[in-house]
Amino acid sequence: MTLPLMTRRAALMAGGALFLAGSAGALTLSRQAGDRKFVLVILRGALDGLAAVAPFGDAHYRAARGKLALAPPGEAGGVLPLAEGFGLHPDLAFLHQQWTGGQLAIVPACASPYRERSHFDAQDVLETGAAEVFGASDGWLGRALTALPPELKREAVAISGSLPLVLRGSASATSWAPSFAPSPSEDTLSRLMDLYAGDSLLGPALASAIETNAIASASGMDGMDGKGRRNGPGAYKGLAEAAARLLSAEGGPAAAVLSFDGWDTHANQGAANGQLALRLAGLDAAMRALRDGLGAHWSKTVVAVVTEFGRTVAENGTGGTDHGTGSAAFLLGGAVSGGKFGGDWPGLAPKALFEGRDLAPATDIRSVFMAVLQDHWGLDRDTLSRTVFPDGTGVRPITGLIRT
Amino acid sequence: MPRTLAASIAVNRFGLGARPDEPEAATTDPKAWLAQQLTRTSSFTLPSGGLPTTRSAAEALGSYLEDLKTKTDGKAGKMSPEAQEEAILKPLKQLREILIAEIEARTLRGLTTEAGFAERLVLFWSNHFTVSANKAVTIPFAGVFEREVIRAGMTGTFADLLVASTRHPGMLLYLDQAQSMGPNSKAGERRDKGLNENLAREILELQTLGAQGGYTQADVTEFAKALTGWSLAGGRTKLLVPGADPGDFIFVDRFHEPGTRTVMGKRYSADGEGQGEAILRDLANHPSTAQRVATKLARHFISDAPPVSAVEALARSFRTSGGRLPALHETLISLDDAWNPEAQKFKSPNEFFLSALRFTGLPKVERKAITAAYGLLGQAPWQAPSPEGWPDDAASWAGPDAVIKRIEWAQGLADRLGTKVRPESLARAALGPALSVATAQSIDRAESASQGLTLALMSPEFQRR
Repeated sequence: MTLPLMTRRAALMAGGALFLAGSAGALTLSRQAGDRKFVLVILRGALDGLAAVAPFGDAHYRAARGKLALAPPGEAGGVLPLAEGFGLHPDLAFLHQQWTGGQLAIVPACASPYRERSHFDAQDVLETGAAEVFGASDGWLGRALTALPPELKREAVAISGSLPLVLRGSASATSWAPSFAPSPSEDTLSRLMDLYAGDSLLGPALASAIETNAIASASGMDGMDGKGRRNGPGAYKGLAEAAARLLSAEGGPAAAVLSFDGWDTHANQGAANGQLALRLAGLDAAMRALRDGLGAHWSKTVVAVVTEFGRTVAENGTGGTDHGTGSAAFLLGGAVSGGKFGGDWPGLAPKALFEGRDLAPATDIRSVFMAVLQDHWGLDRDTLSRTVFPDGTGVRPITGLIRT
Repeated sequence: MPRTLAASIAVNRFGLGARPDEPEAATTDPKAWLAQQLTRTSSFTLPSGGLPTTRSAAEALGSYLEDLKTKTDGKAGKMSPEAQEEAILKPLKQLREILIAEIEARTLRGLTTEAGFAERLVLFWSNHFTVSANKAVTIPFAGVFEREVIRAGMTGTFADLLVASTRHPGMLLYLDQAQSMGPNSKAGERRDKGLNENLAREILELQTLGAQGGYTQADVTEFAKALTGWSLAGGRTKLLVPGADPGDFIFVDRFHEPGTRTVMGKRYSADGEGQGEAILRDLANHPSTAQRVATKLARHFISDAPPVSAVEALARSFRTSGGRLPALHETLISLDDAWNPEAQKFKSPNEFFLSALRFTGLPKVERKAITAAYGLLGQAPWQAPSPEGWPDDAASWAGPDAVIKRIEWAQGLADRLGTKVRPESLARAALGPALSVATAQSIDRAESASQGLTLALMSPEFQRR
C-alpha cells in the first residue's frame, strides 16, 4: 500500500531491498508439514520505530529528530548498519546479527488501518485484523488457526494470565504464565471440572489450562517459580524463555503470543542510552533467548515483532514522543528470508509526514501478517482476505519475506 | 446472612460479598440498605492513620529523587549491578513501602467495611481515573490520590471529581502534565521545551468523551495548551511558589500558552488557570461523557454487554442531575436489570480476593499474604498496566491460566485455615439462596474441609456476582 504523498525512494531502497506487495505465491499445504512455528510479539504502548530502526541516511533525519537522533555507524553510541542508510539501535545487537545472517527482515514504516491515536483502540484493530475499531470480536490469529486444515497442528499459547484478543476465536488457544504458588491437586481439579460441567466460561477455561499445565510439566517448567521480574524490560526474556519451552516441547503448540509492555515513552525517552534503550536491550535479549530456547525448531520459525502505532517524529516538550502513526515491524527466524526491507519508505521530509507530525504508514501491517500466514502456513488468499482479515480484499501479502 | 435472593444480590453484586457476621440490615430492605450508603461521607472515607498526606508523599518523592541523583550522579548506565542495586533499587524499595502500606490499608478496609457498595464505587471510580504506580514518580501518590480525590468526591458531582483529579500531583505526574509548557510561553520559548499532550488526550479519550466521543487531534492539542501551567510545587520541578508546600497544586503562569483556545467548537478566552478548568467542566457535562460513564457503570454492575435501556437510564440520570454522583448511583439501584436473578459478571481478581476473605470471616490478613495474593491473581492495586485502568469483562479475567491461579490461591487460603472452618455453612452464609444444589453437594462430598472451602470459593456462583 502506498500513500499518494510519498516519495517512493526506490533508489535508496534498491538492490533487491525493496519488496512491494506482490502477487500471491503458489500455495501448498505441504509447507506446513514440518511443524512450522509462529511467534507474535506485541510491543504494547507504541514503539518509537525511528528509535529502533534509524534512517540515519535520510536527509531530514537529524533535523527532524533533534536530540533523539542516533549517531552514524562507527561513532560512539552509533547505530548498527543495515543497508541503504538505515541502522539498528546500538542495543539491538542480536537482531543485527540476524540481519547479517539473513534471518531478519524489517518493514520500516507500517501501521494497521487505524488512523487515530488511542492505544486501546489501536491495539483492538491490530489484534482483530479488522479495518476499524470494534470491527470484529475475536482475533486474526485465532481465526487463522481455526482456518488451518484439521490434520495440522492448530494449538496456540499466550504467555500471559488471560487470552489476548488476537488469539480469541480459536478453540485451541490457551494461556500460560509462570506460577508463584503450589499446584492444585488433581483431585480438586477434577471435582471442579465436574462443577463446571454446565459452565460455558469456566469449563473450557479450566480444561484448556489443565492441558497446558500437562505440557509445561512434561517439559520441566514446574520449577519456574517466578523469581524473575514480572513486568518491564527485565521480564521480556523470561517470557520468551517460557514461550520457547512450550513451543519446543513434544506436542507443543504451533503459535505463541507474547506481550511486552512499557513502550509509551512520553517523557525522557533517551537516545543511545535511557529508558527506551533499556527496553530495546530487553527485547534483544528476549529474541536471543527465543532463538536459543527453540533450538532445532528455530529453522522453521517466524517471529513477528509489532506494535500498535508509532510515535511523533519530533521530540515533545518533555524529552519524549507522543502518539504517532507509522512504526517499524520485524520478522525474524530461520524461516525468514531476511537481510532486507519490506514495504516502502516514505521519508522524513516535512511534507511526507502524516498530518505533519508522524512517520507516514507506507505499508499496511496486515500485508506482513498475510505474508506469514500465506507463505509460512500455507493459508490461501481467499481465506486470508475474507475470513482472517474480514476487510482484507484490498490488502496483498508482501512476497519474498519467508523461505518457502 | 442474606436470607432472600435480593439480599444476596445486594451484598454480593453491589457489595464486596457477605461476611459470616454480616448485619441483617441488607435482608430487611436491600434497596434502602444500598441507598443509605450513598450520601454518608463516612461510607467512603478511609481514616488515614499513619498513611501519607499529599504533602508528605511529595516530600518522600523529593528525597527519593535527591537521593537517586546523589548516588547515581548521572552514571547509572555505567554502574555495576551491585552498585545499581544500592543506588537505584534500594531507594525505590523504600518508596514502594508507602504503596504497600496503602495497599494493606485498602485491603483491610475492603475486608471489614459494612458499606460494601460504597467501597465498590470507590474502586470503580478509582479505576476510571487511573493513577498507576507503574512509574517511580507516582508510587507515593497513588493511594493518597484515591483517598483525597476519589473517596472525598463520591458525594459530589462528576465535574468536581474531574477537576480535583486533574489538579492532583498523582495525575499530573502520571500523565506527564507537570512539565508541559506552551511553545509560546515564557519558559517554553527560553528553554526549548514544550507541550506534552498525554494528559489532555487521556482525559478526552478515557475520562470524559471516549474515543468515539467526537473530538479530533486539534482538540487534543488545544486542550493540552490550555492545561499548560498546571503543575505541582516542590519535588522534581523545584517550583517553589511562595506559600506553597510540596505537592500543592500550582498554576505556573510562565509555562502557560498565551491566547484563546478552541476545544470541541467552543472558544475559551485567555484566563490562566480558569481556561483549563472551564474546558474540564464543559467536558464533564458533555452528553458523550454521560454516555460513556453510563456505559461503564452498567457494564461494571450489570453485565459485560448491558441492555441499552439500562445505559440510557443512567445517562439520563447523569444529564438531568448535572452529574451528581449520589443520584447516578441511586439510579443504578433502581434498575430492574441490576437485580437479574442470574449473576452475569465474572468477578475481577480484586473482587474475588476481597469477597473470598470476607467469606472466611477473617478479621485481618498479613501484609505479605496480601501482596503475594495480588501478584498471583494478577491485579495489584494501583498497578493497572495503562491509563485505561483494569479491564472489566470476563474475557480479560477468565483466561485458562487466570482460572488456575485462582484455584492455586484459593487452595492456599483453604490449606492455611485447615479444619477451623465449616465450608458449607460459610457458603450458605455468604450466598444465601444463590448457593446451588450442585455446589452444596460438591462441598458436602469433599475429602477435607480445606478441599470443600476451595470448591466453595471456586464454585461458578462464587466466581460471579
